[in-house]
Amino acid sequence: MSGTPSDIKLIYENGIRIDGRKADEMRPLKIEAGVLKRADGSAYLEWGKNKIIAAVYGPRECHPRHMQNPAKAIVQCKYNMMSFSVSDRKRPGPDRRSIEISKIISEALEYVVFTENFPRTSIDVYIEVLQANAGTRVAGLTAASVALADAGIPMKDLVPAVAVGKADGQIVLDLNKEEDNYGSADLPIAMIPRTGEVLLMQMDGHMTMEEVDKALGYAKKACQEIYEVQKDALRRRYAMSGGDAGEDDSSDEEA
Amino acid sequence: MPGDLLDGDKLRPGAGTYVEDGKIYAAILGIKTIKSNYVNIIPMGGRYIPCVGDSVIGKVEDIGPSNWLIDINAPHPAPLHVNEVPWRVEFGDTARYMNVGDVILAKILMVDETMRFQVTMKDQGLRKLQDGQIVEISPSKVPRVIGKSGSMIQMIKGYTNCRIFVGQNGRIWLDGEVDNIMHAIKAIQMIEEDAHSFGLTERVKEYLEGVTQQTSPGSE
Amino acid sequence: MSEDVISQIKKGHIHKLLSMGRRMDGRAADEYRPIIVETGIIESAQGSARVKVGGTDVVVGVKMDIGSPFADTPDRGVLTTNAELIPLASPTFESGPPDPSAIELARVIDRGIRESEMIDLQKLCIVEGEEVWINFVDIYVLDYDGNLFDACFYGAVAALKNTIVPAEEHGKGENYPMPLSHFPIQTTAVKIENSILFDPTLDEEKVADARLSVTTDENGDLRAMQKGLAGALTLDEVKSIIDTSLRLSKGLREIIG
Repeated sequence: MSGTPSDIKLIYENGIRIDGRKADEMRPLKIEAGVLKRADGSAYLEWGKNKIIAAVYGPRECHPRHMQNPAKAIVQCKYNMMSFSVSDRKRPGPDRRSIEISKIISEALEYVVFTENFPRTSIDVYIEVLQANAGTRVAGLTAASVALADAGIPMKDLVPAVAVGKADGQIVLDLNKEEDNYGSADLPIAMIPRTGEVLLMQMDGHMTMEEVDKALGYAKKACQEIYEVQKDALRRRYAMSGGDAGEDDSSDEEA
Repeated sequence: MPGDLLDGDKLRPGAGTYVEDGKIYAAILGIKTIKSNYVNIIPMGGRYIPCVGDSVIGKVEDIGPSNWLIDINAPHPAPLHVNEVPWRVEFGDTARYMNVGDVILAKILMVDETMRFQVTMKDQGLRKLQDGQIVEISPSKVPRVIGKSGSMIQMIKGYTNCRIFVGQNGRIWLDGEVDNIMHAIKAIQMIEEDAHSFGLTERVKEYLEGVTQQTSPGSE
Repeated sequence: MSEDVISQIKKGHIHKLLSMGRRMDGRAADEYRPIIVETGIIESAQGSARVKVGGTDVVVGVKMDIGSPFADTPDRGVLTTNAELIPLASPTFESGPPDPSAIELARVIDRGIRESEMIDLQKLCIVEGEEVWINFVDIYVLDYDGNLFDACFYGAVAALKNTIVPAEEHGKGENYPMPLSHFPIQTTAVKIENSILFDPTLDEEKVADARLSVTTDENGDLRAMQKGLAGALTLDEVKSIIDTSLRLSKGLREIIG
């Protein structure tokens, strides 16, 4: 949280936020799966003004070699912001922030992927932020798990993620850029709705126990909603018609 | 879809599923099928993971004194030992038989628990491939290209007069008259794009009928 | 993985088709794949474009800021072009700082824009010797299926045409469109054995002997060229590529807008 100038109004008297949302309302979320040709799996996501592409390659030969694990695959995520994605041009290449985010996203995804199926390999996940407007790490993770499923990687479940926080003394769901900049707390979280397992969580700012409780309640509800959007994206990818697969003879043929 | 509960208490977990607290869930994106009490998910995508006995199309990517390293479109390359080829090769003489970039028809000989694979060329029909063309499709679409008891691929062969070999690893080799190769490739691409829709066989047939009638009289 | 080693069979097939005057995807030798241009897609940039040439997909953003001019051009704005071959776009791209291919690519795009005087850099001078507009043209490849040179060039040109100089937020008067004086178009051809092919696909690039990019302006004059790869072109081939480039540039200029 970069500061709390008291002269910036983030929530009006009627409880409506500056972008017209209620406290527990999410920005519009759109996901499309299978948007890239070369990658094994991919997803494009628009969440409010965030625009993100995620791609998955693998399981493939693990580089550098010394990171190979003879018992399982490793999940290597690289989160990157394009230079023009933010208001002041960001120098291309990784910085400390993006390296940290890459690490916690890799760890969250590693939990859901059945890594033991693919010894000595790497599953590479790339997240590119085309346009950033608060919440890119949770948006990136949300897109990445759709890309993993699109890549046919065996996994326990999809991973929806969202940020909750506090602005003008109120708990709000899915912070926008102004709330992120001038609000007083930010808590990004990823949770599997079915099991309630928390796979990513950070917090900065200042909240009471009661406020954290309320925030987590908002987050739980939102993750369920995001999860449905993720599944819908995958469903649309194949326009699942309940097709007639499965009766084919999979033996090969020689001329 | 990953995480979806697959109902039915009497079923047992099959491919593409996992069990948690006694319940079966899907682990991959795909279509649910039930076969002799096992619930399986037929994948919609994903990389090729070798199984012993699979026929594959491989590409030589490196040469050692007593083996070749074959790229089989899997997470790791597979060694092909000189004892596993149909020729007698002296130590250090490997490059005389096959070079980097050469394409072969091979079978998966061995897969171990750390995903080390070995391939062999010692079986009927396995050989070095020459001429023709290679196309690559998603390995999960291979069964569709082959069709029920080979019906789809037989149809393509019939209309185009091409020799075709479909590797389980998603690589397909075709040889024949140039126009016919192009038609066959187009048909295979149609199958890949539309793999899970109804009436696919009919549409592919229609396409092949159309193009082969145009070109067959007075073919170049 | 041996993504870079094209199989002997694919190579043989491309050569065989070429000897019959044909290409794998059925295009004519001087025919481009479908080009799709979208502009104004990134609000956080002053100008932006996403361009697809066949299966190749790039996104370009232009960021403008105020800075000091170079000492030898005190009355001109500054143009900086950067290209990132991010690993999202291809199994063969690796993360890390731009490698020689990314640098060559960025420099060729930069040269075409600079040498054609597409941007009127003099109009981007605020106070001579002190304050000028700095343009950052940042190119990211999203999907790589051959001919990055042209896809990135069209992306950069479309993004610049879409750019608004953000004078207001810097207290320099009203916003205005990027001052442009020319409209360059680049084409790229490769030579495979004795055939010249424009807009090569990835498979064609892998077997190409030589490459030539040609940038011309709307008056039909040449503004930049770059020969690449470890093969040779004859003078006749060079001339024929330039002629074709000029012919193609008219249609391409309409598509890029």
